[in-house]
Amino acid sequence: MALFQIAEPGESAAPHEHKLAIGIDLGTTNSLVATVRSGMAVCLHDAQGRPLLPSVVRYHVDGQVDVGYEARKTQAVDPKNTIISVKRFMGRGKQDIAHVESMPYDFIEAPGMVKLKTHAGIKSPVEVSAEILKSLKARAEHALAGELLGAVITVPAYFDDAQRQATKDAARLAGLNVLRLLNEPTAAAIAYGLDNAAEGVYAVYDLGGGTFDISILKLTKGVFEVMATGGDSALGGDDFDHRIFCWVIEQAKLQPLSPEDARRLMMRCREAKEFLTNNPEAPISLRLGSDEMVDIKLDVQTFAEITRTLVSKTLQPVKKALRDAGLRADDIKGVVMVGGATRMPQIQKAVGDFFRQEPLTNLDPDKVVALGAATQANLLAGNKTGKDDWLLLDVIPLSLGLETMGGLTEKVIPRNSTIPTARAQEFTTYKDGQTAMAIHVVQGEREMIADCRSLARFELRGIPAMVAGAARIRVTFQVDADGLLSVTAREQTTGVEASINVKPSYGLSDDEIAGMLKDSMAHAKDDAMARALREAQVEGERMIEATEAALAEDAHLLSTAEIDKINTTIAKLRNSIAGDNRRLINLAMDDLGFETQTFAHRRMDQSIKKVLSGRKVNDIATGEDA
Amino acid sequence: MDLSTDFFSLFALPRRFRLSLSELDSRYRDLQAQVHPDRFASASDAARRLSMQWATRANEAYLALKKPLARAKYLLELAGHDLQAENNTAMPADFLMEQMEWREAVMEARTGGDHHELTHLHHRLRADIEQRFAEVGELLDLQQDYSQATDRVRRLMFLEKLLSEIDDALASLEE
Repeated sequence: MALFQIAEPGESAAPHEHKLAIGIDLGTTNSLVATVRSGMAVCLHDAQGRPLLPSVVRYHVDGQVDVGYEARKTQAVDPKNTIISVKRFMGRGKQDIAHVESMPYDFIEAPGMVKLKTHAGIKSPVEVSAEILKSLKARAEHALAGELLGAVITVPAYFDDAQRQATKDAARLAGLNVLRLLNEPTAAAIAYGLDNAAEGVYAVYDLGGGTFDISILKLTKGVFEVMATGGDSALGGDDFDHRIFCWVIEQAKLQPLSPEDARRLMMRCREAKEFLTNNPEAPISLRLGSDEMVDIKLDVQTFAEITRTLVSKTLQPVKKALRDAGLRADDIKGVVMVGGATRMPQIQKAVGDFFRQEPLTNLDPDKVVALGAATQANLLAGNKTGKDDWLLLDVIPLSLGLETMGGLTEKVIPRNSTIPTARAQEFTTYKDGQTAMAIHVVQGEREMIADCRSLARFELRGIPAMVAGAARIRVTFQVDADGLLSVTAREQTTGVEASINVKPSYGLSDDEIAGMLKDSMAHAKDDAMARALREAQVEGERMIEATEAALAEDAHLLSTAEIDKINTTIAKLRNSIAGDNRRLINLAMDDLGFETQTFAHRRMDQSIKKVLSGRKVNDIATGEDA
Repeated sequence: MDLSTDFFSLFALPRRFRLSLSELDSRYRDLQAQVHPDRFASASDAARRLSMQWATRANEAYLALKKPLARAKYLLELAGHDLQAENNTAMPADFLMEQMEWREAVMEARTGGDHHELTHLHHRLRADIEQRFAEVGELLDLQQDYSQATDRVRRLMFLEKLLSEIDDALASLEE
């Protein structure tokens, strides 16, 4: 296993130390947290032994926050302040949200992302999601009795940059160290593939509460390679509830409902949907606030009829993903079903008919994503046991592009590119003496800018004044392994780094996050300063550990003087950690980071040379005995 | 070894048009297994940044070598033959005429919703393209005749574009 000892944090320093890492499935309807215990991925339960946490958050007047079953129980009592399915609002403006008219919330238009007015003040969907994450984090810390190294958080594969960024911000707000944002179908494939030692091309059909994903993956020994992905980030089980809801209103000829009645009727509709999975007919009965009775029966056939368009709406992305992968339905060896909504019989039938095979449902569709996330978290944390090793190659779901003349899009990075990926584009000035330039980045597949999602507007300033067309500005778009975009720019002829003025069309600025953190600390019992100090100490310890592991492994890449220098810097950091000055710790970490840069380069060089020298390191081949 | 190393050297493969795709696949995976950000999820900032750069480079290299057209273009670029710069060279009239005929056939089949004919055109064109790539391979690997190869690759750019149009037409019929 020469290969992975190169990766930090090396196991050599403390080979038996198991790092605590978790996987979180932050779902529209329910959320879960899982971890790997004694080599097995398991969901962590609450005190009542329940694995699910309903993704429901209720804000009380006194600032108290209920999350989960407690909040869900009272949702019809206080619908305005009880937020359900908040995932649908992540990174979304009000105009993007379906059925906004039948929702009881006081929406507030904000640039990029909608906000909600509650008893406890104005809340961003990021803050609401952070409450759910905090609750799961507390559950994990309690169950594992220790400090978490970090978490893998799953997102729908079809989430765009704004939705991913919002999810990462929520994790940050909840005090979680995000090891990776992992696509939900990919997480399911890991759980499924490792369990079944599967090989071949698989499709993962993931219909959750509010999102739909389809991913086509190639599984070979130790490699999970996503070939194509597609979906609809605003289509899920909720929409089936909504169809029943509309049907009931139409059948019973109901007048417009109060928010409380609407929420209660929606709950009945959801129950009816679930009941129809195993029964031919479901009763929907409810006494309205006006004392009027709703009493109606929905049978399976009618349910299938009123939701036919929704079902076929999921098959369009399936066809597109297959085409992008250059495959036909017959090439698919197995179809893994993920998400509670795939329990609906009409879904099972439609998917079975399309792929001409029985879909695989042997893993609990509610848990499989969290279990896969935990498995990946365990790998990323460096808890490897030799044979458990694999490589994951995922893709970006939507093309990234730029606005050009006439409101058209020019694709810069096409969809389904393997990440991380980058692309540089050159621009020039069109006027003499021009020193600034505006760049508009969008995400989507459509020709017109207006039909794509606006991600960010950048202003390049400080371009040296030249005649028109003389300046050459190279703009680099980098998408990282989380699927998140960053942009840098440089003027080529003079080497001047043009400063970038980022005006995100979505999401939160660092200041906003800091503000929210402060707010949430003010309500929390623990002292904000103490928590920040503890976080810095943990981070510092993590860094020392990683550096020492690297030294134990590869000290031969350094001169004695270099080693001494690093050791001195480690000692300084260790000293500062023992104290209580957070700024000193951060400074010492910066120093150590600086001192180890060259070392990091040399180690990377060494590992690449090993591949090239043809010295077939026993890398992925170790999967043979898996 | 740095980030500016050419793509063939990056995978320790000979600089040739004709190469073993399975070899390329396994070299690519070996390299990603070393440099991928998942290997450095809890490493130092510097190591994480490096890892992202290398993994990005590996993906770029794989993309450039996997498909024959991209690979041919890349080989020409390494040999100092810029396809863009030579873009203003006119294509011979007979080639352009042939292109017109192809396009008319595709247009007709598409408007007529003729799935069978489109599939037939797809296979015919596919075979033609494969034959032309074999010729490009000879020009690049054996004769090192880069200006001839440049001409052939430019024609192939037309043909591949046409092929993707046929595939789009087929896709829209299937929807």
